[in-house]
Amino acid sequence: MTTTVEEILERKSHAVIRDPEVAPIVDLREELFELEARGEVIVQRVPENHVEVTTKFGRKKKIPIDHTWHHKSCGQCGHIPGYTSSIFWLHRQFDLDYLDPKDQTSCTGWNYYASGASNATAQAAVMSRNFAAAYETGYFPMIHCGTSYGHYKEVREQLIHHKGLRDEVRRVLDKMGKPLVIPEELVHYSEWIHVMRKRIAEKQTVDMSAITATVHPACHYYKIVVEDAIYDPEIYGGQRMATVTATLQALGMNVADYSTWYDCCGFGFRHILVQRDFTRSFANLRKIEVMKNEVNPDVTVTHDTGCVTTLDKSQFAAKAHDRKVGIPVLSDAQVSALAMGAHPFRVVQMHWHSTDWRPFMDKLGVDWQKYWDEFQGDLELIRSGQKAGITWEDADKPVVNVA
Amino acid sequence: MPTTLENWNPGKAENRHPEMTYEEKEKLFLEVKEDPRYEDFLYGCYECGICVSSCPSARFYDYSPRVIAQAMAREDVERIYDIISEDIWNCAQCFSCVRCPRGNNPGGLVTLLREVAVRNGLQETRDVLQGYSRVIYKVMLKGNQVSPDMLQPDFFPDWGPWVAQFSANMPVWRKAIPVDTLRGVTDAAWRTERKTLLELYTIWFETGNMDIIKEIDEGLYDLLAEVMQEELEDQ
Repeated sequence: MTTTVEEILERKSHAVIRDPEVAPIVDLREELFELEARGEVIVQRVPENHVEVTTKFGRKKKIPIDHTWHHKSCGQCGHIPGYTSSIFWLHRQFDLDYLDPKDQTSCTGWNYYASGASNATAQAAVMSRNFAAAYETGYFPMIHCGTSYGHYKEVREQLIHHKGLRDEVRRVLDKMGKPLVIPEELVHYSEWIHVMRKRIAEKQTVDMSAITATVHPACHYYKIVVEDAIYDPEIYGGQRMATVTATLQALGMNVADYSTWYDCCGFGFRHILVQRDFTRSFANLRKIEVMKNEVNPDVTVTHDTGCVTTLDKSQFAAKAHDRKVGIPVLSDAQVSALAMGAHPFRVVQMHWHSTDWRPFMDKLGVDWQKYWDEFQGDLELIRSGQKAGITWEDADKPVVNVA
Repeated sequence: MPTTLENWNPGKAENRHPEMTYEEKEKLFLEVKEDPRYEDFLYGCYECGICVSSCPSARFYDYSPRVIAQAMAREDVERIYDIISEDIWNCAQCFSCVRCPRGNNPGGLVTLLREVAVRNGLQETRDVLQGYSRVIYKVMLKGNQVSPDMLQPDFFPDWGPWVAQFSANMPVWRKAIPVDTLRGVTDAAWRTERKTLLELYTIWFETGNMDIIKEIDEGLYDLLAEVMQEELEDQ
């Protein structure tokens, strides 16, 4: 039965109470720990070695430094592998313990947002299965993907607030002999880079002070469950998320503002695969061209797989239409690895990017041709069967030094 | 003028889809409304338009998150059917609309509407998702959904000549990645254990997800179900 008119009017009449002195502080952990005390869930604690940061409304969020279980990303690993290898490379440079698991699936959030061909229980069960797998190893999950991170925050909230959902997920997990585990914090890898930024800058071998960069903040990082994103009064007066911007500033870049910073990149989940006219228009007209016209950056930096893909790949067609485009797109992990002297191809894997990154490398003073030739040598050895592939032994050592 | 019972005029939409009865449309709406997440996503609508001003789809399509919130708040069954049969597929799911001062989540409402559209196998939904079944296939059988072997010039001609480069060099470039779970993998984003995949298949069957796939693409369902059942039986 539909609602009566009286009920609708009653709902519309609810006042929204606003008090500027009281920020809407939400700490889901309190409810989470209550659920644990009742024996409903296991809460995986953030490891001892962590740093506390401030979130949008002032809550302290714990970001683990080591002993992390890397929840990988479909798009990073599939289309922009240098994103993932840069994250791991950074961990290795600081000799930090991490786990690159095979017992992990996609969060399946991309598919769900795109097609709706799933349901709340399935989504929550996939998340809980992955988190149980992390818990079994003792390592704390760190989420590489903006979509997964936002999606998991959404699902965590649903799991906490809906007993029926919890019960159903527990029933499914029982079939696999897994407990219902929810981490104390959901942590995005760019938050790890954020808290590591000064240590990254200390090991910097490439001077980035000549670079002007723009930042595209990933929607699913700070728009879904807004209270979990990092903010800092030093960054845009605390009015915008601090992640990425603070990292680039620590690396010495000039971070330039532009008017459409809040806009989505145009990814659209299903659009980027089957309706790219939408994606291209938005990526170019609302983001790339606006950046170009207003501040003409050398690079734009983001912290999500979908955003890098959308902004990078969309520029080719726009160029054909004489649009004012041509900004290389990288993740903060890739930029940080480049700053610390990572091999541009063995580690940062620049060759998977479409928009011309060479002018950016030239401006950094990096002789990319030299490293490309070296990489071609690696590929020849692989082609001839003399080498099975590039390993960390080949890639660990920082090689670029133009500070 | 304050809204009262006497002047209440929700502006109900006309019946633009006479091929479907009002009762059928109402049934779809009630499915959305009965979802436990519904109460978290809708609190009413000031009609201020903040959601529209930040919505990428509103710039590109004849689409409005405000209309969705209004239609849902007014329980305008006819309008909701218009939305469920077409508009929902324009949403980019970026959640820029959650800027709403009333606390609405139009993107979340779209998620619920999509789920109901898929679950009920609406013809418009089948049509829209036709081109997407390859991705559904990937995620269900491989455990992750964006595999390197998707990078082919036929699929992404507008991504430039580099796609041909990626495709031609794929086997050797993928071996030149130092990450252990990525090295040499071309048909999935990363290497996933068989046990992990079997657990994922268990989730699809146990949560009714396979029934959902059956509603939108029976051929895809048959293919997936056969492979998954065989794997699970071999376990």
